[in-house]
Amino acid sequence: MKKYTFTEKKDTRSGFGAGMQVLGQTNPNVVALCADLIGSLKLDAFIKENPERFFQTGIAEANMVGIAAGLTIGGKIPFATTFANFGTGRVYDQIRQSVAYSNKNVKIACSHAGLTLGEDGATHQILEDIGLMKMLPGMTVINPCDFNQTKAATIAVAEYEGPVYLRFGRPVVPVFTPADQKFEIGKAWMVNEGTDVSIFATGHLVWEAIQAGEILAEKGINAEIINIHTIKPLDVEAVLASVKKTGCAVSAEEHQVNGGLGDSIAQVLVQHHYVPLEYVGVNDSFGESGTPAQLMEKYGLNAASIVEKALKAIERKNA
Amino acid sequence: MEISELQKVASQVRRDIVRQVHACQSGHPGGSLGCTDLLVGLYFDQMTLKSDESGKRVFDMNGTGEDLFFLSNGHISPVFYSVLARAGYFPVAELATFRKLNSRLQGHPTTHEHLEGIRIASGSLGQGLSVSIGAAQAKKLNNDNSLVFCLMGDGEQNEGQVWEAAMYAPHHKVDNLVAFIDLNGQQIDGPTEKVMNNRDLGAKYEAFGWKVITMKGNDMADVVSVLNQARELSGNGQPIMVLMYTEMGAGVDFMMGSHKWHGVAPNDEQLAAALAQLPETLGDY
Repeated sequence: MKKYTFTEKKDTRSGFGAGMQVLGQTNPNVVALCADLIGSLKLDAFIKENPERFFQTGIAEANMVGIAAGLTIGGKIPFATTFANFGTGRVYDQIRQSVAYSNKNVKIACSHAGLTLGEDGATHQILEDIGLMKMLPGMTVINPCDFNQTKAATIAVAEYEGPVYLRFGRPVVPVFTPADQKFEIGKAWMVNEGTDVSIFATGHLVWEAIQAGEILAEKGINAEIINIHTIKPLDVEAVLASVKKTGCAVSAEEHQVNGGLGDSIAQVLVQHHYVPLEYVGVNDSFGESGTPAQLMEKYGLNAASIVEKALKAIERKNA
Repeated sequence: MEISELQKVASQVRRDIVRQVHACQSGHPGGSLGCTDLLVGLYFDQMTLKSDESGKRVFDMNGTGEDLFFLSNGHISPVFYSVLARAGYFPVAELATFRKLNSRLQGHPTTHEHLEGIRIASGSLGQGLSVSIGAAQAKKLNNDNSLVFCLMGDGEQNEGQVWEAAMYAPHHKVDNLVAFIDLNGQQIDGPTEKVMNNRDLGAKYEAFGWKVITMKGNDMADVVSVLNQARELSGNGQPIMVLMYTEMGAGVDFMMGSHKWHGVAPNDEQLAAALAQLPETLGDY
């Protein structure tokens, strides 16, 4: 089992900002839009270095998405940025018609996804965005796990032609993936190979899954941990190869169980290779105010919950 | 192009509109007929459009170096399709497929079927002005001094996103953008003043920072002249809004003067009556 350590904690949104800064220097077609949340999206460096390639839309997300779609007509690669709640649910129809159906090369890049934005509470804690975005035909959905991976994903989606939803978050979390990684859209990342249970995690839950793997190892259980940073298109091959080896699975995401990563994996399992699957996610509920750690514990989105579900999955396999 | 020649094109486009809608017994003839003169004036006189050396119309999505038109009120697709076909973007015969299965001429315009001339899907209202602003700002970044035109409906002004865009364009000095509102005073549920009163749209846009001018939208000479005026006004730090006064159903007497023909197809008898008022000038498809 690979041992993962970290020397610092950083927010994934800063990984986005760092990726944007690189793109500002390397790709003249990349432009950014923001709906009055420049600081939260960590766009300061991009804006400072490329003021003519930044568009402040004010608190008007629907207009922002439309302008982003228009900017692609003329060859620009726009990143439309705000909090995940306002960048997806609030503007679903704009994304549906002007971006997805129109097949525009727009990157919807959103921070503050999920419970971990914390104290602002449920109005801002969208837990449905992965489901909303993955239902749109042609939309790619990416949820990277740490600073380095978010930076790499940001650079990768600019090179990819087509609409993308890039989801990241507010809190600082361990930085444990390589700084020089090459991000491959749609290619699952093997965190740790194992034989007893497959843990498919995305976003902030990947680090929790690694912690869960260590706890399970102490109990003599060899868990396979896979980072599904690209929820759509899902790496079906990696999912099937893993469950054929382990015979049971856990999905882990900071999102509703309904319509999230777990459901995407369940579709693969019921169609191609049925094995027991346990979900770690929010169970048909809104969030609330609290610190990120308190919320992740209360809603069962931490290493302890992953361990519990892994044991249950193994029990079902052996029943 | 001479006004009389443009009027001939408009007559043929109006025939195409009623024939398209009749053939599939669905679609929106009223607003299409009302906006015919504008689209003909744009595509056959005002807009700089790309052609190859043989004069064949060329379409590329980015539209660099040419004027762009966006139809925000996508339900008047029959006029858009007819004008695009007559302007050489795709075969006129394809108008016969309007709204039928496997057609590129969907009920509302879309890029999904790769129909030449269409750059964005529209139909869900209120989105086109934002898209047009984005396209106009891309032109500025590309040092491309051609213009972006955008048509909206007056009922469409009910949509909140329109006002987000209305606020944005003057703030960012998007002065290579000319927008039109089709002021026919009608929407699906009745007159706009009864359904949702827009009151003084000119004053509203002026207050938002637009340069507002007016057009008699069913008078070809005025259409041509106001389009020239709009181009002259561009590049002065303000987006331009043209309040275009039209009559829904213009050109077909029994379709004029009410919202009844917003989204209703003529029967055989009504089609014949309509075509009798519209000379065939360029040949039916």
